[in-house]
Formats: sequence, C-alpha cells, structure tokens
Amino acid sequence: MTSLPDTSGAGQKKLGLVIDLDVCVGCHACAVSCKEWNTGGYSAPLSDERPYGDEPMGAWLNRVHSYQADDGGRTQTVHFPRSCLHCEEPACVTVCPTGASYKRVEDGIVLVNPETCIGCKLCSWACPYGAREYDYDHGVMKKCTLCVDRIYNDNLAPEDQVPACVRACPTSARHFGDLGDPQSDVSKLVAEREGYDLLPEMGYKPVNKYLPPRKRRDDRLEADASRVEEPLAGDGSALERLFAWADAKLSG
Amino acid sequence: MHPAYSVIVFTTASGAGYGLLALLALLTVLGVEPQARWFMPVSLALALALVTTGLLSSTFHLGRPERAWRAFSQWRSSWLSREGVLAVVTFAPAGLLFLASVFGYGSAGILAALGVATIGLAAATVYSTAMIYASLTTIRTWHNAWVAPNYLMLALASGSVLLMCLWSLFGAAPDLLATGAIAALAVAGGFKIAYWRAVDGEEKTRTVEAATGLGEFGAVRPIDPPHTSANYIMKEMGYHVARRHAAKLRRIALLLAFALPALAILLAMNSAGPLAAALSVAAVASCAAGLVVERWLFFAQARHVVMLYYGDKVA
Repeated sequence: MTSLPDTSGAGQKKLGLVIDLDVCVGCHACAVSCKEWNTGGYSAPLSDERPYGDEPMGAWLNRVHSYQADDGGRTQTVHFPRSCLHCEEPACVTVCPTGASYKRVEDGIVLVNPETCIGCKLCSWACPYGAREYDYDHGVMKKCTLCVDRIYNDNLAPEDQVPACVRACPTSARHFGDLGDPQSDVSKLVAEREGYDLLPEMGYKPVNKYLPPRKRRDDRLEADASRVEEPLAGDGSALERLFAWADAKLSG
Repeated sequence: MHPAYSVIVFTTASGAGYGLLALLALLTVLGVEPQARWFMPVSLALALALVTTGLLSSTFHLGRPERAWRAFSQWRSSWLSREGVLAVVTFAPAGLLFLASVFGYGSAGILAALGVATIGLAAATVYSTAMIYASLTTIRTWHNAWVAPNYLMLALASGSVLLMCLWSLFGAAPDLLATGAIAALAVAGGFKIAYWRAVDGEEKTRTVEAATGLGEFGAVRPIDPPHTSANYIMKEMGYHVARRHAAKLRRIALLLAFALPALAILLAMNSAGPLAAALSVAAVASCAAGLVVERWLFFAQARHVVMLYYGDKVA
C-alpha cells in the first residue's frame, strides 16, 4: 500500500543514518561496500552496463560527491555521500501506482518490492535527492534498503548488524541508529553537532541527518617581511656582468 | 527530463482521443450529428483506437510491462494509478456508446446518460494524466497551476480538430463546429503561452547550497564527480534542451499546433466538397505534429531539482 502509514506517534522508530561531513574523506568505501553487499542482498542484482567498457554505468545506492565551498577568501573541500534519506513524507512512495514502493510502519525504512515494481520510474522523478536508480537490466527501481537484511540478521556478528556503508567507513563518518528516540546516540550526535536536513523547504522530512564540517581556524599565513630572502649582492666580476648583459638582452 | 517517446505518443494520442470521445458524447447528448449512418461508429472507433494506442504505448517505457495490471491498485495515493483506473472505466460507457451507434440503438435517455458519463470520465482521465506531472514538486516547470488546464484544453482542441475533419469527410461540417474548433485552438494556444510565461517568470529558489547544506561555508560547486560516466539520474533527469532551441521550438509548436490548424479550418469553412475535407485533414496533420513538438518540449525543458547535486546552481 503506497498510502503512508501513520508514523507520527510518540516512540515511533525512525531508523536512519547520520553522516559526518567533518570527517568524511571521500574514499568511496561506503559506496563500494554498499554495492558489494546489495548486489547479493535484498536488491540483488544491482546490474551494471558495460562494466569494462568506455562508459560504464550501473545501479548504485550510494554516491559520494565532492564539493568545494568558497567564501571568497578561503575554500574548503567537502566530501558528500548521498543516498536515500528514508523521508517521513516520501513522495516516492505515494506516487507509486503498484504498491511496490512502501514505507515500513515498524522502523520507517523505505523499500521497493522488486517482485511487484513495474519499472515506471515515477518514484525516481518524485525524489529530490536522486536516491533511486533504475536497474536497466532487471527492469525495476533500486534504492538503499538501510541494509534491512543485515540490521536484523542474527546470523551476523553484532558488530556487523549495521548497514554495510557504516561498517565499511574507515573514519567513522557514518552512524546508524534510531532518530525517533531522542536518547539514542545518533539523536544526541545530531543535537550536539547541529545536524541538518537536505532541502528542508521541500517538505519531505528526511530522517537521515548531515553533520556540518567543524569551523576551521583561520590559519592562513600572514605575509612576513622578515622571511623574504634578499638576493645575494654580486661581486662585480666580468663573468657576472656578462650574465647580467645576457639576461638583459634575452629579457628584452 | 528525458523525453520518452512512448510517453509523448501516449499523452498526445490519448489526449486527442479523449477530446474527440468527449465531443462525440456531447453530440450524442445534444442529439446533433451528421446524417451519414456511419459517422458516429467510425468516429467513436477512431477515438477509442487513439485512446487504446496511447495506453498501450505508455506501457512500452515500463521495465516490467507484464506487471502493468498492478498499476490499478494504488488509486488512493497515486495519480498514475488513478489515470489507469479512470482510463479503463471510461471504456465502459464509451464502448456502449460505440455499440449503440453500430446497431442503431436509439433510447435517448440511455444514450444521454452514457454520453454524460463518457464526458465526465474522459475529462477526469486527462486531468489525472496532467496531475501525474503537476503533482511532482521536484520539477518546477511541471508543478504549476497551468499544467492541468493545458492538458485539458489541448485534449479539447485536438479533439475538436479531429471532429471537424471527420465531419468534413462525411459531409459539410456546420459553421458552428468550425468556429468552435478555432475558438478551442485559440484558447489552448493562449493557455500554452500563459504556461510558458509562468514557468519562465518563476524565481528559482532552490540552490546547491540548500541541497548540500554547505551555504555557510561559501558558494558551493562540484569539484569531483561521484562517478566517471553518466548514471541513471543524469540520463533521466539531466536531459535539457538548449534555451535558444527551446525558443525556436516554441514558435514551431505554436505555429503547427494552433495557428496553421485554425487557418486551415477557417479556409475549410469558406470552401466546400473535397477541398474542405482536404483542408480539415491538413489541420489534423499540422496539429498532431505541433502537439508532438509541444509535448517533447514539456519534457525537454523540465529541469529536476536533483541536478543541483550535479552542477546546477539553482532549480
């Protein structure tokens, strides 16, 4: 059913990710790990077209952009992973004509049922965040499942019962937890670091939050006159005068 | 947005088909039709064929066409589902009108009821088609109050050009019909211009800074792409026609879809016999070509907010 479940109640579980842009180094390990897990998991396959050709293309559920912010004086590079935000008001779900796209009542995860998706692509049009990628080979839409096949999987070691991207991140830039619980670690992190929503004015109410880069100390070097090296004074020899003459001629 | 040719064929053909269907139903309700015995059956068959062609065409862009039947289930939330349901329901009264016309069934009351139902359902189906686009807040040029009036008027105008043509082929079309078709073309063209003015004049308020949340650190621009060649998002949402081509194509669309058909119908009003019929056929051909250009532009000029992540400054 693509009508949204009522998830407004107190204590509603809202599983999601918190992405720390301060520590992300843009290594793409999260994206690669996501692809590796999910091409064999719930969304299998995540097909590729021409994987070894000139213009390889394929369905990925996580993409890492790199942006530069320039305030006119100094620039800052920010690596920016982008995946499904598991919105509270996901238009991708309500536009779905078949019910294949749905939001789970129990934890708020937004999923596509690959058995009933007709591949009309309308959900991807409805998503402002580019979270859904069409699988041309499978003929259905693919998206982040928040590794629903890992996080509840008792066959995995406890430390592996998190999304593959979180497990893979070497700098702990990705955090997973219940953002509906104000006492959870992720909620505290968001409160402490002033985590924010992407495109909040669009009203999709993303569950995933981004933590802004910390303010950098202004460490630009002031010009220091004492550090400027004076050219060595010449000795006035004939050879030196020849070089000075040649330099002047060549520079002319 | 990438203009899927199956969707262009679908929306233009089914729009014209529903327009013609509604007008034929109106003739039935009013009890006005040409003397020719086969006018109504042939015309209704053409309208139903256009609608059916459009609907079948719309399934060609699906990844899993064999599952298309599932699209009838989510009418509570999805305009695409509503469109599918309404399209199928419309076949009931319209199909009965067709059968009645074939067999010469003549109970005025029942025909009028079927006609009214057909008009209402045809309009509702076209409205649903428009709302599939108009409900998407992610695409500014579609999420616009003029989109639904545009689709409805374009269906009515193209339907009236078709009706004019069919009537001319079966005998002399009444001046009132020709005048009505010209008026519908004028209103539809006016709505199209109003739509273009509205979308051109709208301020683009969404920025790459808001999309990334990095505005406090300065102006944001991409420095490294997330992937080395275009992905689905860039192919589907990144398609965009150059502005100078768009301006030229708009003029071509206005000329072919509205101006030339109106002129041809005006000339047909003032001529008779084969010449009038030929002019009416030319009006249909021009209108169809113009609407394909118009619909292609509707897609190719639409810019999706997700492109903020891929280099657009504002959306």
